[in-house]
Amino acid sequence: MILLLAFFAVDFSTEVKPLIDKQCAACHDRAFFVRKKDKIVGSLTSMPPGGPQLKAKEKATLTQWVAEGLPYPEPQKALNDDLALTRKLHSQILKTSAREKSPQAYKSLIPGSDVPYEMLPIPAGKFKMGNNAVKDESPEHEVAIEPFWMAAREVTWNEYRLFMFATLAGEEAGANIGVDAVSRPTKPYVEMSFGMGIEGYPAISMTHHAASKYAQWMSAKTGHFYRLPTEAEWEYACKANSPAPPDLDSVAVIKRKQYELVGTKKPNAFGLYDMLGNVMEWTTDQYYPEAYKDPKPWYPSKTSYPHTARGGSWADKIERVTCTARFPSDASWKQQDPNLPKSIWYHTDALGLGFRIVRPLKVPSAEEMHRYWNNGVAEDQ
Amino acid sequence: MPETPRRDFLKAAAVIAAPAIIKAQTVTNAIKVGLVGAGGRGTGAASQALKADDYAELTAVADVSTEQINASLTRIEHINGAKVKVADGNKYLGFDAYKQVIDSDIDVVLLCTPPGFRPGHLRYAVEKNKHIFTEKPMAVDPTGIRSVIESVRMAKEKNKSVVDGFMWRYANHISELMEQVHKGIIGDVLSYYATYYTNPVKPMPPASTRPAGMSDVEWQTKNWYNFVWTCGDGYVEQAVHSVDKVAWCFKDTPPVSCVAHGGRQIPQEGGNIFDHIEVNYLYPNGARAFIAHRQIPGIYNENADYILGTNGKVTIGRGPLPIVEDHKGKTLWEFQGTKNDGYQYEHDILFAAIRKGEVVNKGDRMVSSTLLAIHGRTAAYTGAQLTWEQIQNSKLSTFPEPFDANGSLPDMPIAKPGITKFV
Repeated sequence: MILLLAFFAVDFSTEVKPLIDKQCAACHDRAFFVRKKDKIVGSLTSMPPGGPQLKAKEKATLTQWVAEGLPYPEPQKALNDDLALTRKLHSQILKTSAREKSPQAYKSLIPGSDVPYEMLPIPAGKFKMGNNAVKDESPEHEVAIEPFWMAAREVTWNEYRLFMFATLAGEEAGANIGVDAVSRPTKPYVEMSFGMGIEGYPAISMTHHAASKYAQWMSAKTGHFYRLPTEAEWEYACKANSPAPPDLDSVAVIKRKQYELVGTKKPNAFGLYDMLGNVMEWTTDQYYPEAYKDPKPWYPSKTSYPHTARGGSWADKIERVTCTARFPSDASWKQQDPNLPKSIWYHTDALGLGFRIVRPLKVPSAEEMHRYWNNGVAEDQ
Repeated sequence: MPETPRRDFLKAAAVIAAPAIIKAQTVTNAIKVGLVGAGGRGTGAASQALKADDYAELTAVADVSTEQINASLTRIEHINGAKVKVADGNKYLGFDAYKQVIDSDIDVVLLCTPPGFRPGHLRYAVEKNKHIFTEKPMAVDPTGIRSVIESVRMAKEKNKSVVDGFMWRYANHISELMEQVHKGIIGDVLSYYATYYTNPVKPMPPASTRPAGMSDVEWQTKNWYNFVWTCGDGYVEQAVHSVDKVAWCFKDTPPVSCVAHGGRQIPQEGGNIFDHIEVNYLYPNGARAFIAHRQIPGIYNENADYILGTNGKVTIGRGPLPIVEDHKGKTLWEFQGTKNDGYQYEHDILFAAIRKGEVVNKGDRMVSSTLLAIHGRTAAYTGAQLTWEQIQNSKLSTFPEPFDANGSLPDMPIAKPGITKFV
C-alpha cells in the first residue's frame, strides 16, 4: 500500500486537509506539525486521544504526506473560467482516469452530497445511423463508436440543483478552486420545475450552455471527463444494438401532461432508462439538417441555434419519439424570458428538455475538452 | 425592411371611413418609437415593439446610464436591424431624459423604468399626445395611482392608446381560461390562492461597492429593486402578476378590504423592502383571495394559482397548462392549441390599433391591479386592516419631493407593523 502510494502523491486540499481539519486541527496547528515532524507517524495510532481513531487508509495518507515533507500549500488564488482552468482540470483528469482500460459500470455520489448517479458502459461498436424515411435523418450511414460511459438516467433536479446552488452542494469557497471557477446558473426568478416535481424528476429547461457547464462542474468535482453525448453516441446508445424499435409504452414516458420520475420504465439493452420519452436530451452537436450527407463524428457549436436534442419528450407526438428523430433547438424556447439579453442559462419555454452526461474512455486534449464545455455561443445571437 | 407594407397596413389604408389616418400615413409610413428605460425589460419591449409593425422605428432612447443605452441599442439592432434609427443626439441621459425622448418626434413611448418614476412619465407622455406602452406596475403608492388615474382619463379624452405590461392578459392560454371561469365553468369562485415564491430579484450589493461621489438618489436608483420609492416592494413589482390574475378572476372589481403580514427575514445592507408578504383579500360576496410572496434564496419556490369554485377548481402553474377539474378530479376544460408569446402580443395589439386609427386603452384595469398590490403591501407594512376606500384615499407618497438627483436621500427605515402608521 505504502509502495503504491509513493507513486501517487497525496493531494493536500482534497485528501490531507479534510483529515487534519477533522482529526487534528482542534489541538495542533501547522507549526506543531513541522516541529514534531519526526514523531507524527509514531503517534498516529493514538490520535486524537479519546476521539474516533484514524482509519488505516487515513493513517496511510498522513504517513505519505509526512514522507513528502509536509507540503502545506497556502490557500490558492481564485481561478477564472477559461482555458487555463480547463488545462488544470485536464491534468487532474489524466491523473484520475488514465488507468482505466475499458468502461466498467459504477455508481457514485456527487462528491460532498448524498445524491447518487450511475454510469453504465457502452461498448465500442458500429451501427446504422439515421432513417431514410425522414429527410433530416437520411441517408442512413454506418458509424463507428468508441467506448464510453453513459448516465443510466436523465440528470435529475436532485443532481442539477447542486450545480444551481453551491450551498446545497455543501461547497465552501476556497475548498476546491477548480470547482469554484466553473460558471454556474444565475438564480432563476421563478421556480423552474413549474410545479411538475423535484425529487427524482428530470431537470428541465436548461440551455445547451448550462448542460455543458454542468458536465464541466461534474468533471471538476470527480476528476472524470464528463460531457454531453454527440448525436451519434446518443443514437447508438438508444438503439443499443437492438434489431427492432422497442415497444414504446414499456420503455418511454409518453403522451403525458408532464414529466415523470426518471427510471420508472424498462431500461434498454444497455441498461439505460428513458432514452425515449420523458424529457428529450441535449446532445453536444450543432444541428445541421443535411449533416448525414457528409457525416462527421462531432459538430462543435458555431451559432446559438440550433443544437440537437434527442429522444422526444412527454409532450411530443409518438411518431417523433424514436432513436433517430432530431429536434433542433430554437430561440422561441426562451419566449417567456422578458428581458434582453435573454438568460444564457434557461429555456423557460422548454418544459420537455433535459439531458444526460457521458464519459468517453479516451480523454481528449485540453483544447477539445474546452470546446465541449464552452460552446462559445451561450448568448443568443 | 420589407418592400411592401404588411397586411394590417393595407387593410387600414383601404378603410374609407378613416380618411384622416390615411392622410397621416401618406406623409410617413413609419411609427416612431421612443424608449424610456433601457434595462433588460426595456430592451426586450423595444425589440418586441419593432417586431409588431413593419414600419416601426426606434428613434430615441432615455436612461441614466450611457453604457446601458449603448448596450441596449446594440442588442436591439442585432435583432431588429435597420429599424433602429437612434442618432447620437437622440440618446438622452439623466433623470429628465424622458422629457427629451417624449418631446422628440415620436408616436409611441415605451415606459420601462423602475415603477416609482412611472406616474410622472405617464403624465408627461399623455400631455404630449403620445401613444403609450407602460410596463407594470404603474405606480408604487396611492398618490402615484391617483396621478395615473388622471393620466388614463386624459389619454381617453385625447384618443391615445395605453397598453400595459401585465402580460398574462395577453397570453392566450390564461385569457381563454379566465373566460371559462367567468362563464362559470367551476361555478362561483369562493377562493383564490396564489403563490409567488422566488429567489431575490436584484438584491442589494454590499455598501462597500458604492462608487465614491455617487449621490443617494443615484445609488438607490441603481439598486432600485430594494427601495420602496423606486420599486414598491417585490410584492408590488413582481407578485403584481399574481395580484393581476386575482383582479382578473374577480372581474376587475375591487375587494372590500385586506389584512396582511410580512417582514424581512434575511438582512441586507441598505434598502427598505420586505422579503416576504402574505395578503388576505375579502371580496363583497365573502370570497377570499390569498397571495403569498417571498424572495428568499435556497428555499422552496413556487409560482402557482389555485382557484376554488362551487363546482370545481383551477390550477395554474403546476405543469405547462392550466388544469380545470371538478371536485372529483374530472377534467372540465383544457386549453387546445399553441401558447402565444404574450410579451409580443401586447405590442401587436398596440401597433395594430395605431395603424387602424383605433384606440386601445387598458388603463382602468392596470390601475386597479396596481392599486390592489399597493393595498396588500400597505396592509403588510402597517399591520392595519385596510378597506379599498382607505387605500384609494391614502395620502402615502414615497417619491422624493422636491426631486434632486444629486441631493441626499437617507434610506427610509424599513416598515415596522404597528409603528409604521397608515396615512
